[in-house]
Amino acid sequence: MNKALNTLTNGIIRENPTFGLVLGMCPTLATTTSAINGMSMGLATLFVLVCSNLVISLLKNLIPDKVRIPAFIVVIATFVTMVQLLMQAYLPDLYETLGLFIPLIVVNCIVLGRAEAFAAKNSVGLSLLDGLGMGIGFTLSLTVLGAVREFLGAGSVFGLTVYPADYAQLIFVLAPGAFICLAFLMAAFNKIKK
Amino acid sequence: MVYLLIFISAIFVNNIVFSQFLGICPFLGVSKKIDTALGMGAAVTFVLTLATIVTFLLQKYVLEAFHVEFLQTILFILVIAALVQMIELILKKISPSLYQALGVFLPLITTNCCILGVAIMVGDGTWVSKIPGAHSELLQGTVFAFATAIGFALALVLFAGIREQLSLNKVPRAMEGTPIALLVAGLLAMAFMGFSGVV
Repeated sequence: MNKALNTLTNGIIRENPTFGLVLGMCPTLATTTSAINGMSMGLATLFVLVCSNLVISLLKNLIPDKVRIPAFIVVIATFVTMVQLLMQAYLPDLYETLGLFIPLIVVNCIVLGRAEAFAAKNSVGLSLLDGLGMGIGFTLSLTVLGAVREFLGAGSVFGLTVYPADYAQLIFVLAPGAFICLAFLMAAFNKIKK
Repeated sequence: MVYLLIFISAIFVNNIVFSQFLGICPFLGVSKKIDTALGMGAAVTFVLTLATIVTFLLQKYVLEAFHVEFLQTILFILVIAALVQMIELILKKISPSLYQALGVFLPLITTNCCILGVAIMVGDGTWVSKIPGAHSELLQGTVFAFATAIGFALALVLFAGIREQLSLNKVPRAMEGTPIALLVAGLLAMAFMGFSGVV
């Protein structure tokens, strides 16, 4: 029980994918123009992570060692295509906004990284929890970064106006703001962790 | 004329790293020295151009011909992974010196999202919307992929130059490593914003 809890919380704080492991930077920077967008990207990745971890840990004894990476990539790409088709059908607006970054979940280092480092070696239950923990950690950090950028750049959080947008600095919603906000959030995370 | 516009747009105005956020992992990972940055830039240019030609042809003559566009993600990533392996084998055989220079970077390129990203952009033809007069066809798509890769190499080398200088300076403890690198990247992105509106 203790081990299960440890696995779950590992990805949320100690080895947070964004702030701790510094993986998956492309979607982190590109899709966090608002809290909602960041959270949606996080949830899409969470779904893929949990499903791919589950399937890969089930198949780990069937896949020969030499072709494991291509096999993992096919499993991941299948779930990504599922997310892509479901989003296109039910959330077309969100699909437009996130655009290219939905198919790019395939090459997100976190997904393949967890498949290789965790799911290929551990039991089904633990792999599921690891995927869930990592996914939650990723979603949380994207939501926080999205909220900070939206607050500074558009004067709102989750679409709710906090102060008039005229006083906001648009640069934080644009490309440079993404790098700068992430830099300071990461520094703060390092400071607190020590 | 349109080729000039493609070059300016892909290298400066819509730089793949600073305005599209693709290929950030190698951008942060292999940018500590100018030499390695040049090697990575060359390897990406090579693979990106070849991968785009192959995936564009597959998109037109396999995916669209058989109406199975939904298989794009799976097909493209497998083709790119296989292509990278093949390039590695061929280089090893025919040009050991080039293999020496690019070899270590090749395996890393499969998971570089700028390769898959550009392949999808060119395959779907979405890239033409940013450049007036451009058409989604093989030659222009290939030029776009090549120019994008040059933009990536430029960003990588510029960033490596700054980081070499930066490593000599004192940085607050919490900002050491990735945070200060991201901050520098933010300032560079701001500089590149100056090009917006040129094309």
